[in-house]
Amino acid sequence: MPNTGKSTLFNRLTGSHAQIGNWPGLTVDLLQAELHLNGHQLQLIDLPGIYDLRGHTDDEAVVRRFLEQTPVDLVLVVLNASQIDRQLRLALQVQRLGLPAVVLLNMADEARRFGVHIHTEQLSRALGLPVLLGSAKYRMGLASLQKTLLQRLDAEAPATAPVQQLEQQLQAMDSALEATQAQLVQAAVQLPQHWPDRWTRRLDAVLLHPLLGMPLFLLTMALMFQAIYAIGVPVQEGLGMLLERFGSGVLQPLLAPLPAFLRGFLLEGIYQGIGTVTAFLPVIGLFFLAMGVVEDSGYLSRAAFLMDALMERLGLDGRSFVLSLMGFGCNVPAILGTRVMRDRRLRLLTMLIIPFSLCSARLNVFLFMAAVFFPPRLGGLVIFGLYGMSFLAALLTALLFRGRFESNEPLVLELPPYRLPTLGQILGRAWAEMRHFWFWSRRFIIIGVVAVWLLNNLPIGVEPASNLSLAGRLGSLMEPLLSPIGINAKLAVALVFGFIAKEIVLGGLAVIYGQVDPTALGRAIASDVSWIQAVSFMLFTLLYTPCLSTVAVIRSESKRLDFTLMSVGWSLLLAWGVSFLFFQVASRLS
Amino acid sequence: MRAPLRLVDLPRGSRATVDSLTADVGLQRRLEALGLRPGQAVQMLRRGWWAGPLHIRVGMTELMLRRRDAALVSLVA
Repeated sequence: MPNTGKSTLFNRLTGSHAQIGNWPGLTVDLLQAELHLNGHQLQLIDLPGIYDLRGHTDDEAVVRRFLEQTPVDLVLVVLNASQIDRQLRLALQVQRLGLPAVVLLNMADEARRFGVHIHTEQLSRALGLPVLLGSAKYRMGLASLQKTLLQRLDAEAPATAPVQQLEQQLQAMDSALEATQAQLVQAAVQLPQHWPDRWTRRLDAVLLHPLLGMPLFLLTMALMFQAIYAIGVPVQEGLGMLLERFGSGVLQPLLAPLPAFLRGFLLEGIYQGIGTVTAFLPVIGLFFLAMGVVEDSGYLSRAAFLMDALMERLGLDGRSFVLSLMGFGCNVPAILGTRVMRDRRLRLLTMLIIPFSLCSARLNVFLFMAAVFFPPRLGGLVIFGLYGMSFLAALLTALLFRGRFESNEPLVLELPPYRLPTLGQILGRAWAEMRHFWFWSRRFIIIGVVAVWLLNNLPIGVEPASNLSLAGRLGSLMEPLLSPIGINAKLAVALVFGFIAKEIVLGGLAVIYGQVDPTALGRAIASDVSWIQAVSFMLFTLLYTPCLSTVAVIRSESKRLDFTLMSVGWSLLLAWGVSFLFFQVASRLS
Repeated sequence: MRAPLRLVDLPRGSRATVDSLTADVGLQRRLEALGLRPGQAVQMLRRGWWAGPLHIRVGMTELMLRRRDAALVSLVA
């Protein structure tokens, strides 16, 4: 079942950190991990959360296909204990297929709090399967779960054949399931007379208030971003300084014997690039920490409720908004997340707006540029303005393209009760995201920074980044196109590399301007371009293609080259148009 | 005879019982899996602003759904 803490349980059992999604079916690529239980070596596979084995969603089809193709030794059915009144159906389906299974009623802490009492022994006898209560989040009942899993595995012969004639079997049992579920619930479950979750009701009365709900949500987001920068930026600067000292104090003397070309390559190319990203990691970590709290608390589903009326008018739905919000971390998982949408046109339209979400890699560039060109107070305003621009671009795109991608997909979502996320859970997740970002971007950064450095220093003997270098020639080639928007040859080269990944832009600028120290780099850029040019550069960076990975993911998810090209083309056009307007108007005015 | 009551018309705070669903097979299975099936009691918790989605409770589950889709669920008082 979706939203039953399945991924948390998976992580608890295997010790690894699989991405935890609060959306039914975010775990579409099947996660699997080794599980060592008392000498047994097992493969644990995390199947998508589903409501009904006969359901019509992609996830449900994935599970059916899996069961038809793969012999399984044991199925662990994870249900939300407090929603057993309707979720027992899935356990019944598994039982009647004759699969060896164990049923875990997860979130038992919540069920107890809500006054749901379950007689597991009675249920277990009726089903002929072990039924356990537990809470993966609070590590309750995990030991007895492991023991039960082992007992069942020892009792059963290893599976040899997958399920035969799954569809027919499911169809045959369907009519009786309803009555059986009702009977079982009647006999073994005590449900509360009244909905007892007063906290959720009180919070919803405020957070989903017709007038207050929306401003409160925007305020929460604004405060969240403020807090991230207030804590993250000083840490980032401190870390940057340390890395800089290490570079000049330790690495430089160490590399001194090497030839100048190679030394420059290692120090100004690779070390500089990696250092820039490393310094940015705290902000990323904080961002995912905050997003984790918002998501695990249940507030993210409320955001879908609040925004759906507006999104419906844009041809989208509440989920599109939530995915765009996730895109503020990184566009790639947000685009993968559109898999929860069944209607193709709705999915494509959502994919078209996600790239305008100001992701953490772009933020990296903006934080730096804003600090160079504006005093702190104004700098914050500039960043805020860029977030506003990001929303406007998405809005405009949806308005322009909604006619081409009309859809009428129904929207039915669960609103889970508010939950207190545990520290361990969100820390583990933020850590996993940071690690992922680090490995993901490092590859690009090394390639990108090396390429920038080579472009600047080839042909050999040329003055670095001068007009005669490859970079200089590339820049002047694009001059006619970019000078109307105030972007000079040096910035143009950085933009070319930003197409690969925005993480490279700063490292690239450092190489182009030949300045390793961030403060010196800032001074060098500030003496080269005006603040109007800088803002134009930021606007362009915000709006044009986020990175090659995003393009690749759009291509693989849409399975359409023409759509991918249109997405890239439209973002370039919009970027150029907005920068042109800003640069021309601002230059006239000042 | 009164027109049949639909979920979309249920006033805020009221309760009723699901009578039947007229949604297509896909949506119907999904609604049923979420607990919205004939014979179940539903309560309207709130109706979203600007003709936005509805917030309902059915059994131990809270759901949001659009008015368009809620029009496909008929109720008995």
